[in-house]
Amino acid sequence: MPDAKVKLAFELNSEPVEVAFAPHKTLLEVLREDLGLTGTKHGCELGECGTCTVLVDGKPVLSCLVLGLACAGHRVKTVEGMAGGGSLHPLQDAFAELGAAQCGYCTPAFLLAAEALLGETARPTRDEIKQALSGNLCRCTGYLKIYEAVELAAARLRGEDAKPAPESLYGVR
Amino acid sequence: MLRLPSFTYLQPNTLALALRMKADAGPEGTYVAGGTDLYPNMKRRQQEPRTVISLMTIPELAGCGIRDGGCAVGPCVTLTDLCAHPAIRQHYDTVAHAAELVSTPLLRNMGTLGGNLCLDTRCNYYDQTYEWRKAIDFCMKKDGHICWVAPSSPRCWAVSSSDVAPVMVALGAEFRLVGPNGERIVPAARLYANDGINYLTKQPDEILAEVRLPPADGWDAVYHKLRRRGSFDFPVLGVAAWLKWDGRRVAAARVVLGGVASRPQEVVEAGAALTGTDLSDEAIGAATEAAYRPAKPLDNTDFDLSWRKQMTRVYVKAALEELRARRR
Ligand SMILES: Cc1cc2nc3c(=O)[nH]c(=O)nc-3n(C[C@H](O)[C@H](O)[C@H](O)COP(=O)(O)OP(=O)(O)OC[C@H]3O[C@@H](n4cnc5c(N)ncnc54)[C@H](O)[C@@H]3O)c2cc1C
Ligand code: SF4
Ligand code: FES
Ligand code: FES
Repeated sequence: MPDAKVKLAFELNSEPVEVAFAPHKTLLEVLREDLGLTGTKHGCELGECGTCTVLVDGKPVLSCLVLGLACAGHRVKTVEGMAGGGSLHPLQDAFAELGAAQCGYCTPAFLLAAEALLGETARPTRDEIKQALSGNLCRCTGYLKIYEAVELAAARLRGEDAKPAPESLYGVR
Repeated sequence: MLRLPSFTYLQPNTLALALRMKADAGPEGTYVAGGTDLYPNMKRRQQEPRTVISLMTIPELAGCGIRDGGCAVGPCVTLTDLCAHPAIRQHYDTVAHAAELVSTPLLRNMGTLGGNLCLDTRCNYYDQTYEWRKAIDFCMKKDGHICWVAPSSPRCWAVSSSDVAPVMVALGAEFRLVGPNGERIVPAARLYANDGINYLTKQPDEILAEVRLPPADGWDAVYHKLRRRGSFDFPVLGVAAWLKWDGRRVAAARVVLGGVASRPQEVVEAGAALTGTDLSDEAIGAATEAAYRPAKPLDNTDFDLSWRKQMTRVYVKAALEELRARRR
């Protein structure tokens, strides 16, 4: 009976969850359809766009190519787990402040990929940011605002009183 | 949504158990490591296994370390971990470099070395959804009868598109294969066959259990990759070049091309043109011409066919010049 539902336990956004789903479902499908967490987006579903990015054990991976069943006992983090204690994550604040999103479809994935980078590198160079985000496509914003938002959030996470550069907000005269 | 077909998923914790599960599943069973090749193929119904056996839960297939002067790498090491491994970075920087050029950081966090070396061959008429393929009445590689690239051809010309495989062939790495009847060691070049359908000489039930890199002294190697974007894309051309130095002279050389045939293609004449020389401009020119002539890309990947062929010259030359510049 390959289609009978299976039950699986893992850690989702720092809380234990148990969920039943058809065994051939991807993590993306389990998150969106069986757990009701639609923050994780689906795009190509073939590994070619990055919009389904989530963190598994702290590493950014493509949830459209991870089997739900392979996540038993692992730690999964989605964009829903980024805000805490009533306030947004500094990355979310910086993306909003700088307009690093237009339609926003790619944003959850960029936020998580950036969070993983900042977890490892407190002061990433522009090149390191580009490299870390090179598996995520954005079709509207252009990448500049996204890079600037990651730099702003990184500075704030280091405890600096950083503000967006005026030319980032208002353009160059 | 593009969904996976239904199948049974198994997670053995030993090699012996994996082999037993495969024997039970028969031809409808397949192995999976990172799944970044198999799952997209399953979503497009290019592969339709009823049982999928994960190798990621088998401890003996993980890990990487120096042994007998060379390096033994478990096939289930992710490409990210391979690139970051100190022994690989220090002694096999070309392996790390080729792995680092694979697709995106996200895919490298999932994709493994073993999966990369067993990667399915690729073709514009094959790497399409079921409906797309159905609209052209399929092709010889899956569900159909003719080859759309070479309609009068009796064989499939799908392209070997792994970045790391040409490097393994150039280095003279060896693979340990374990099957129901025991194990065997094959030189990297012998794992591959120039046939888009039967592109591996490995039996379907054999597991690639270890990659053995030769001792790291006395030789040097480089890898150059051509693709449309700086990220995401498969190689349209890969050039792996390996040299053994005898002082300032070349004692032996291998030039291996990826993306031009159904297997990593060694150009023996190019290696011969370099051997005994001091890698002068003339020697590099002769090797470049030797590599250009047999490179026969077909019209089934990205970019214009004739431009891709011309690029073999440019990329082989650049690879050999880099080797010359690295000579100490
Ligand atoms: C958008 C995209 C871009 C990509 N770009 C590149 C690229 O630029 N360069 C490149 O080289 N690859 C690329 N790939 C392909 C793939 O991601 C990598 O090659 C990856 O390393 C495959 O490893 P895996 O573990 O995910 O393979 P899997 O999908 O798990 O396995 C692939 C095949 O190998 C078999 N297999 C795996 N491990 C073993 C083993 N130990 N023994 C026997 N059989 C085994 C499986 O049965 C399967 O048939 C890309 C993929 C995508 C989706
Ligand atoms: S080379 Fe021909 S047979 Fe092979 S996948 Fe392409 S169209 Fe199909
Ligand atoms: S949905 Fe495009 S990579 Fe997963
Ligand atoms: S904001 Fe629209 S895709 Fe990035």
